[in-house]
Amino acid sequence: MSQLAVTVIGPDRPGIIADVTGALVGTGVNLEDSTMTLLRGHFAMMIVCAGPIDEVEAALEPLQGELVITVRAMGPEHEHAPIGAPYMLSVHGADRPGIVAAVTRMIAAAGGTITDLATRLSGGLYVLTAEVELPPSAELEMLDRALEITAEELGVGVTLRPAESDDL
Amino acid sequence: MISSWSPKLLDVEGQVLDVVRAPHPVLAAEGASVDPLDPFVIQLAADLVATMRVSPGCVGLAAPQVGVAAQMFSLDVSDHPKTRTCHGVFVLCNAVVLEASRNEKAREGCMSVPDFTGDVKRATRLTVRGVLPGTTDPVTITTDAFEARALQHEIDHCNGKLFLDRVAGAHAVYPRKNYQ
Repeated sequence: MSQLAVTVIGPDRPGIIADVTGALVGTGVNLEDSTMTLLRGHFAMMIVCAGPIDEVEAALEPLQGELVITVRAMGPEHEHAPIGAPYMLSVHGADRPGIVAAVTRMIAAAGGTITDLATRLSGGLYVLTAEVELPPSAELEMLDRALEITAEELGVGVTLRPAESDDL
Repeated sequence: MISSWSPKLLDVEGQVLDVVRAPHPVLAAEGASVDPLDPFVIQLAADLVATMRVSPGCVGLAAPQVGVAAQMFSLDVSDHPKTRTCHGVFVLCNAVVLEASRNEKAREGCMSVPDFTGDVKRATRLTVRGVLPGTTDPVTITTDAFEARALQHEIDHCNGKLFLDRVAGAHAVYPRKNYQ
């Protein structure tokens, strides 16, 4: 049975998750990882699940219309092995095009990978928060300096700090 | 002594000032240290208290939030339900953290970031040293719980940091909910 990626986006209303997952239950699909949020008021959901693609598409077809639903077959599951220590990246400042591209380019250039990211715009304030893994080879001081220069060019503030995790 | 300090000792009338909002650059600036005897500093201390007083729910206000990149803030967590140890209303200049321990995560808001809240880990046991406006001797404040959190939030402001710089995860910033 293949792993499927289901995306659902559309105007928000109560009951979308219940409708989508209710339709999937009948196909014998097992929901695995999923995430859902509101993006500027739009409902947005991604689900990775295992099940028969034809039945899943057929089950979700009645919900198409107001909601835009896609179903894609994925390759085999990709286990994410951490490439290094976790960091939290925060960026905030006046909204302008190019903030995410410029800042994430610096992380990528240092060999870092982003494992989670969210951005929010409210009024004139743009906020980016991301969880980042940096390889042991990354030169932290150089990355800090590169981020500082990028931040200055963009007129935003950037903070990169080790992510704490308390094992209990 | 901080327990016997009152804004009345400043002997000036506080003015209510406008509170600036992010992304105003003053909120990202490192605050200059201040002379607690400077008449400008004493007036600003009274203004911070007056502005804090008229702002609903406001338990602390730092100088950068009224457009002045300076190391001072007002605080009063007396009426907050999460307060344990409480030093009443005070203004502190040039405050530094001496000791911080027992981190706990909680959700914070800020008058300068009115549209968002965020989960931030802060010490719940805290010792801070600073100078009361109009005086010269440093005072040491040891506190806990909500007063400790509020002190760290205000000291961050004095150093050009917002709670947004310290949020605990990629999804730890939340649009503020205003029920209609």
